[in-house]
Amino acid sequence: MPSTRYWSWFAAPGVAWLVGFFVVSVYAVAAVAFGQVDPLLKTAIPAWNPLQWRTDAMSDVLGRLAGGDLGRVAVRTFLFVGAALAGCVAIGYPVAYFVARTARRSRGIVLGLLVLPFWISYLMRMLAWTNLLQADGYVNRILGWIGVLDQPRTWLDGSASTVVIGLVYGYVPFFILPMYSALERIDGRLIEAARDLGASRAAAFARVTLPLSVPGLLAASVITVLPMFGDYYTNAYLTSGSPRTEMIGNQVEFFLRGSSQPQKGASLVLLLMAALLMLMVYYLVTTIRQQRAMER
Amino acid sequence: MTAADTTPPRARQRRRRRIPALAVLTWLYILWSLLPVLVAVRISFNSGKSRSSFQSPSFRWYWDDPTASILRDDSMHVALRNTLVLAALCMAIATPLGVAMAIGLQRWRSRTSSAANGLMLIPIVTPEIVFGVALFLVFSQLYTGVPDGLTRQVLGHITFTMSFVVVIIRGRLASIGTQFEEAARDLGATRLQAIRLVLLPMLLPAIFASVMVVFATSVDDFVISSFLSTGASTETVPIRIYSGARAGATPALNALATVMLVLTLAAVALAAVALRAASRRTSAPGQVAGDLAALRA
Repeated sequence: MPSTRYWSWFAAPGVAWLVGFFVVSVYAVAAVAFGQVDPLLKTAIPAWNPLQWRTDAMSDVLGRLAGGDLGRVAVRTFLFVGAALAGCVAIGYPVAYFVARTARRSRGIVLGLLVLPFWISYLMRMLAWTNLLQADGYVNRILGWIGVLDQPRTWLDGSASTVVIGLVYGYVPFFILPMYSALERIDGRLIEAARDLGASRAAAFARVTLPLSVPGLLAASVITVLPMFGDYYTNAYLTSGSPRTEMIGNQVEFFLRGSSQPQKGASLVLLLMAALLMLMVYYLVTTIRQQRAMER
Repeated sequence: MTAADTTPPRARQRRRRRIPALAVLTWLYILWSLLPVLVAVRISFNSGKSRSSFQSPSFRWYWDDPTASILRDDSMHVALRNTLVLAALCMAIATPLGVAMAIGLQRWRSRTSSAANGLMLIPIVTPEIVFGVALFLVFSQLYTGVPDGLTRQVLGHITFTMSFVVVIIRGRLASIGTQFEEAARDLGATRLQAIRLVLLPMLLPAIFASVMVVFATSVDDFVISSFLSTGASTETVPIRIYSGARAGATPALNALATVMLVLTLAAVALAAVALRAASRRTSAPGQVAGDLAALRA
């Protein structure tokens, strides 16, 4: 086999870029988290040498996560993300399933419409909801007209359900597409075989399609949940920054920009990364496996 | 609900084993996903100040209003210009870097290349807030010589979007294989000629798709732009929409978002046309949806 060394030159600029701007940046987070703060200027004095790392900011953040205010925020983040993921699966799985099982010819238009939200700015989609959810907005008017609400409800002043609905609305498209491509890869002949052997439609789904779609379901969930854990703008935007719906991301932003506590913000980011590491590794491993399979 | 009936009747007959409940759900979902945006667009043409109920149509918030329309409010068109400049620079740099990296990673076989491949994939799964904070800190603590504002935002966006290009192009490279380049080499082309004359034309649809993804990602980005923004002069459209909602918002915000939406959809439509032309010539079936799915799966 000839040497493939030649090709490394093509990858070199991109690799150098990622090392310079990604790896070094993430290291800078650690350097700030374990560094010191200038007592007067309140600016970070990063510790680039790991031997000089100090852990007081990290232990403070850990203590507040274990029992204090940050702990409540972390639990709320998990609840919001969990509820939003459940919503994404409940809506996204059937939609993806329907499109994957639709005749190929009529699939184009539906797929196009499903991809459309990708080209619409996320914050514009949230802006749309702030319009709809005003006290005299369409949502209250429609609900009042149907008779669900006696009087207009205030949606935008810190209600958890508004945040969860907003998260589902924002992230469902990111769930549907990978879910669709996973369901589409399932060999239709396996389902036909199950039907030929006497399985009802429901049984064929439950015993063939569903188990075969589990890896795809996990991958789609991971790719949806990861950005959600770092989201701080959806909840802040939909509840005018109410502290009742604060998530971990809001705390990070507060430490770094709302107040001069860069060490704590950086520590919280490191902890967030550590908490999400399993999910990130899961995604990496499955993607690399897929790449290998494609090359064979 | 009548949403399901929008399926053409002939297609409905042809499909076997259809489950109407799923069709209803799918069309309801599509309606739900797009209707709010259409309402927001409609409100941008409101003559009154209300962002929730429509009074009568006007272009007040586009150009008629002497102070608050997007034409007259400086912060609005500065945001629009910043967003487009940022996206253009990002496309111009991230795409060639990503294409070269994809070709390199696909062909270069060694332990280092596996590590480089893993490194390339990490930004895709890194939550944006981690990205934003990391870039914010590295620029304020280490790369302090880099001019703040736009330059830092461009560098950040490139770092964030390059991996998307690599993944899309690698997917296409895997399906093209190496036989075309080998044929070119047998006929006397050098390695670089084979890439330039054979491989790149075949990759064209995928390159179009990745340019579009880079554009959409950059234009959509709020977190990184915001962490690297230094004030009103470096605000982008998403930042403006975000910050504008708090302080006495008017339908001008909707107008700004609508202009951005129209520009994006026009760019996507243009790319789709170009993509179709390119894929006809090279017979490589190009599907943006497929590329996006490959990216997210």
